[in-house]
Amino acid sequence: MPRLIFILPLLLFGTIAAYFAVGLTKDPRILPSALIDKPAPEFKLPALHDGGSGLAKSDLGGEVKLVNVFASWCAPCKVEHPVLMLFSERNIAPLYGINYKDKKADATAWLKQLGDPYQRIGQDLSGRAGIDWGVYGVPETYVIDREGRIRYRHVGPVLPETLENTILPLIEELKK
Amino acid sequence: MRALFLCLAILLAPMTEANAVLPDEVLADPLLEKRARALSKNIRCLVCQNQSIDDSNADLARDLRILVRERLVVGDSDSAVLDYLIVRYGDFIMLKPPFKGSTYILWFGPLIVFVLAIIGLTIFFRRRRVQMAEVGDTSPRLSSEERDRLARLLDKDEGPA
Repeated sequence: MPRLIFILPLLLFGTIAAYFAVGLTKDPRILPSALIDKPAPEFKLPALHDGGSGLAKSDLGGEVKLVNVFASWCAPCKVEHPVLMLFSERNIAPLYGINYKDKKADATAWLKQLGDPYQRIGQDLSGRAGIDWGVYGVPETYVIDREGRIRYRHVGPVLPETLENTILPLIEELKK
Repeated sequence: MRALFLCLAILLAPMTEANAVLPDEVLADPLLEKRARALSKNIRCLVCQNQSIDDSNADLARDLRILVRERLVVGDSDSAVLDYLIVRYGDFIMLKPPFKGSTYILWFGPLIVFVLAIIGLTIFFRRRRVQMAEVGDTSPRLSSEERDRLARLLDKDEGPA
């Protein structure tokens, strides 16, 4: 029994080392959303395109949907754009956009040049809707379930791997 | 006299806080502004993460500063403003972690480690004292022969002359 006390420092070290080992593999810039499993926030945004559809809380729910926060000034948004285009072409789920703190002319030109994968785009000029969603860095992508709850948030560009390995399986599961 | 003032000004310059609050954000009511500043100092800028929104000139930090001021003008209490942000961004938005169930280990951890260390040291020294008492003082003593030799050496050696 008294011998056990000598193993204690080793155990303690092991525990701390394990915590550090796991902790160091995580990206500290990626924060968990405070809204996971909660209903999407109350928001109502005017349409970006003239005569197009805006985006509000009431547009979410019913079926599984993707909400993507983007801006023409945001470089990583350009990186994920082809992935979103592909997603949109595959008709897996509706993709809605929140155009975050952008100029209307810039955003429309950007979409005209690269293609527009969104069924609806709400224009968030002040960034207030962004704050309601807990947005802290564009691009951000949210998976919304049938009940209109936020089930997943991805911060940073959606890469093909993110789409295939995380977002698509989740959509499949939520559709069941 | 002017040189003195200049010296003082230069000396005191670094003591004014660096902050990112722009003139157009400042509230007319100095009391509200003071509360806004105090609140902002504990609100994390999520873009820069280890800066408060009071220090950061990130775009989001500015938006949050303006938001905090708006809530205060509407008549929110300090805690209502914080709650408003916590609902959206989680506890991480506060630079100082809140005191609650899931953070007890954070707040009490160092104290627990300290108490454990004190207990451990007490046990260690107490045990050693008991062991010493049992064994008796066994530190080597000089034999009479050695003592004589030492005395002789000390007598002979008067130190460097």
